[in-house]
Amino acid sequence: MLDDRLEGAPRKKALVEVRGLKMYFPIHTGLLRRKTGDIKAVDDVTFDIVEGETLGLVGESGCGKSTCGRAVLRLYEVTDGSVRVDGHEIAHLGPNTLRRMRPTMQMVFQDPQASLNPRMTLASIIGEPLREHTRLTKPEQLERVYELMDQVGLNRDFANRYPHEFSGGQRQRIGIARALALNPKFIVCDEPIAALDVSIQAQVVNLLEELQDRLGLTYLFISHDLSMVRHIADRVAVMYLGKIVELASRDDLYGDPKHPYTRALLSAVPEPDPREESRIQRIVLQGDVPSPANPPTGCNFCTRCPDVMDICRKVDPEYREIAPGHFTACHLYCETTTMPAEPTAAKEAFEPIQQGE
Amino acid sequence: MTDPAANAPAEALVTARPPRNQWLDVWDQFKTHRGALFGLAFFVFIILMVTVGPLLWTYDATFIDIRARNQGPSLAHPMGTDQLGRDMFARMMAGGRVSVAVGLTAMALALMLGTFVGVVAGFFRKFDGPLMRLTDLFLALPLLPLLLVGVLLFRERLNGLFGPELGIFILIVTGIGITSWMPTARIVRGDVLALKEREFVLAARSIGTPPRRLISRHILPNILSPIMVSATLGIATAIITESALSFLGLGFPPDFPTWGRLLFDATDYLQQYPGRVIWPGLAISFTVLSVNFIGDGLRDALDPRIRGR
Repeated sequence: MLDDRLEGAPRKKALVEVRGLKMYFPIHTGLLRRKTGDIKAVDDVTFDIVEGETLGLVGESGCGKSTCGRAVLRLYEVTDGSVRVDGHEIAHLGPNTLRRMRPTMQMVFQDPQASLNPRMTLASIIGEPLREHTRLTKPEQLERVYELMDQVGLNRDFANRYPHEFSGGQRQRIGIARALALNPKFIVCDEPIAALDVSIQAQVVNLLEELQDRLGLTYLFISHDLSMVRHIADRVAVMYLGKIVELASRDDLYGDPKHPYTRALLSAVPEPDPREESRIQRIVLQGDVPSPANPPTGCNFCTRCPDVMDICRKVDPEYREIAPGHFTACHLYCETTTMPAEPTAAKEAFEPIQQGE
Repeated sequence: MTDPAANAPAEALVTARPPRNQWLDVWDQFKTHRGALFGLAFFVFIILMVTVGPLLWTYDATFIDIRARNQGPSLAHPMGTDQLGRDMFARMMAGGRVSVAVGLTAMALALMLGTFVGVVAGFFRKFDGPLMRLTDLFLALPLLPLLLVGVLLFRERLNGLFGPELGIFILIVTGIGITSWMPTARIVRGDVLALKEREFVLAARSIGTPPRRLISRHILPNILSPIMVSATLGIATAIITESALSFLGLGFPPDFPTWGRLLFDATDYLQQYPGRVIWPGLAISFTVLSVNFIGDGLRDALDPRIRGR
């Protein structure tokens, strides 16, 4: 379904193709440590990232965003599914072939403090990928390190310093420089701004955008900051409990969210204008996210959905395209493929059920 | 920071200054730790005493002058003489050579074994269970009886192979080494377990660093402080264990002086000549203390977060 659309559309080819990615962590209990279940951190996720675009991946804490990002880079042994990066299947590669693929895909981490080895100088941190993958001599390596530091706006004089001597924003720049060292095509940004001050967030995001323009990078931008994703992403995927519930272009998703969860998420975005703010009708979700070890039958969101129907508790909704480039997994949109069902009508129709809960 | 005008002079400055050797930074920090400097000076002094000292001193450690026995301190014998008229100062230096050598080699052996087992158990999940149970097994072995049995069983064979002195040296060093690596292994394993979940290790994996270099570049430097602490404690326990063995009369041959053997010989005369117990006792204590101070200073100096403060 996805492939058809991509072949039909005269668009750039997909750099990253993820199909049915599953990442389960086994649960061992009892005296004999028998496997008694799985934590379904990422459960059957499918998406593409087109070359040069930014795919935003949003969702609340613990929904599997980071795990998904790491699994795409094969930092975990994936349970099932396929991940193709730049035409190479990497989900089940052996360690040596995988190592040769590493330069194409890199990662920027959430906590800039934790992602830098406190015992290494800045030059050796940024130079590590060069040492691992290139045969540059020491002076050539240093030259490249200086070049990278210029690119991310770090003073060359900092090369001999240690990570603890830098501020959060500078540390994140170090992390970005390290990710850029091998000229990757694809970078997973795992909440790169979550640990930073708001003023620094803007700097780092602008740096990421600038680098994307200059180097033609492709990002998977994981974040829980919806307004930041709106700023940087071309397309946005919303995750809930290990599954993608909605994927659309940024304008479609923010302008016309389909999935009830997306609507709830978007209604929670703070509004800077106090007069506007007072007019916003927040959709407040009741209850907690179910455990990924024991997800509800049917739709994962059925326990908290304001528009829940009987079918939601029985059948898992299919992840399907409801408008060109707009995918969602919700029973509200199952009858008609092109025209979405009236959300308000559905809401009214199932009000009693909701109140009965 | 991104202002090009501010960058320009710095760039000119840097091109003339390549990354500085990290060991120079370490030495700079080490120098600021006064206790560590004292410890280092004393340890160097001890090493010089036991290596160069016997060559310069007029008396041989085994030279018997029966007419000059049980003498007190004098210019000719600064620490007096023992019950056979052997010069105590010469025996202290000769004994120190063995004790320090045993301490350093046994510590190095225990440290390598312990670090290896700890890193492998912590880093590779499938080895964790078996290696840690092995560690528990070794921890349950009583050290001294085991060493005594080892000495009884292997002394003759090693004596035949390497001569009486080197033979017993190898026996004692391996004996102490393989019975004292377990605390290091446990501490190292715990630290590795915590460390390998840190994001910078994940970052190194995402770069494609293979496990062996991941361990040598990211894991080992970060577990240096516990290793350092066990190293300094290890030297101390090794010297003391060797002393205990010699004290029990099962270490080196009776005419071969070590600090522990000197203590053992002197206890018979504790009432009449307490000086003979005090000197080797002091030597052991101060060597151990100096090594502890060195370890303390080194641990601080190797941590860049403390460095420069």
